[in-house]
Amino acid sequence: MTWVLDNLDLIGTLALDHLRQSVVAIVAGFLLSLPLGWVAWRYRLLRGWVITVTGLLYTIPSLALLMILPVVAGYPATSETNLVIALTIYAVAIMVRAVTDGLDSIDPAVRRAATAVGYGDGRRFWAVDLPLAGPVILAGLRVTAVSTISLATVGILVGVTNLGYLFTNGLQRRIVAEVLAGIVAVAVIALVIDLLLMVAGRWLMPWARRTAGRRAARTAEAAS
Amino acid sequence: MIEFRDVTKRFPGGTTAVDGFDLVIPSHKTTVFVGSSGCGKTTLLRMINRMVEPTSGTVLIDDEDVASRPAVALRRSIGYVMQNSGLLPHFTVAENIGTVPRLNGGTRRAARARALELMEVVGLDRTMADRYPSQLSGGQQQRVGVARGLAADPNILLMDEPFGAVDPIVRAELQQELLRLQRELDKTVVFVTHDIDEAFLLGDQVVILAAGAKRLQVGSPSEIIEAPADEFVAAFIGTERGKRELRVKQTANGPVLVDAEGRTQGVLVEGGA
Repeated sequence: MTWVLDNLDLIGTLALDHLRQSVVAIVAGFLLSLPLGWVAWRYRLLRGWVITVTGLLYTIPSLALLMILPVVAGYPATSETNLVIALTIYAVAIMVRAVTDGLDSIDPAVRRAATAVGYGDGRRFWAVDLPLAGPVILAGLRVTAVSTISLATVGILVGVTNLGYLFTNGLQRRIVAEVLAGIVAVAVIALVIDLLLMVAGRWLMPWARRTAGRRAARTAEAAS
Repeated sequence: MIEFRDVTKRFPGGTTAVDGFDLVIPSHKTTVFVGSSGCGKTTLLRMINRMVEPTSGTVLIDDEDVASRPAVALRRSIGYVMQNSGLLPHFTVAENIGTVPRLNGGTRRAARARALELMEVVGLDRTMADRYPSQLSGGQQQRVGVARGLAADPNILLMDEPFGAVDPIVRAELQQELLRLQRELDKTVVFVTHDIDEAFLLGDQVVILAAGAKRLQVGSPSEIIEAPADEFVAAFIGTERGKRELRVKQTANGPVLVDAEGRTQGVLVEGGA
């Protein structure tokens, strides 16, 4: 505990680095997944390809990816960009599927109804399809966020500093408190981001909660 | 006036949903397409607002080919009410009703004002304006659907089995409400149903269809009941099974009419009407 109190500044700085790296990767992964997920949903023939290829990205060992990317792209392995790009790739691997599933989850009758009252295709996507896919996409985003925040620690192995430093340094110097502090800090960041996403979801999609509540009430009614 | 001229629709799978269909739908009247499921009645309806494009033939609104009008603009100018309401689950009641005014470029405030006005017209309490469709009963959702169809004050209202999914009591209530609305608003209504009683109740002109949207008989409810075109129509409308038979029964207060099951349906007034 004394170690933690003595090194609060260090933990704070590392946590901020960690948060910045993760958030950039999560946002980038989300933005890239929207068009990819849409393509997979819209064009049946491409679907298998897009889902399989992006899904396979997740099977690349993270350490290997962190060492291959700099060679391919020509930036130093120790740069933050290296880690952020690798994390973005993993985020895309999870998110594309979530976006496609989300768009799939919309009742076709609702989409047809929107067309029948006079939504053009583009407008319908933004005003109807995307919001209705929201709950499923958000679920995917929450998984992505937590996994990205935890995965980011691997960056320290190629020299990108973040909370992962507390693991390597703590192991080398046999300071158990330092390792534990790292674990707790990562968990706290993950929980806070997850909570923020949940709150944002409730705020952006008030209808989803009420719908779910109603459905639950109806099920309960039917059961009794 | 809506006119079908030799309209045929073949779907990619090879099924012919509509085959050489001709019909004139008069303005300011309710025309009902009735037939068993799969007879092509919904396909006919969807060809009016270009949700379905005919393989050949033309559909005209006031002598103008609908194919010559941009589909999206055309749909906004025609009210559409469908089964299970077709409401957008992420829009509140007021937002749902105001959809078309908003799509037409109206302000949020104007759309809401219009929505509140229409809620009154279709008999919905204003306190429901900010609820979501999932928080309403089936009958209330259907009322919202009707209000949405009327929001842009279209001349034409297409209704695709709008009352098919609500219970019989609510359905009867909604049917009466639609009759009242039609008296007040005087729209050209095209209504699709598989329920012959609903067709006779609501329709000024009833079109009885068989598979392939084949016209079996077109006429007013009285014309059809009085002179069914063939045995199939007779069976379909129930004259054969005695469902529509009424008998005179003498009572102390004069003659009344009873149906096949012995229930009194009305009082007989000789030489009346």
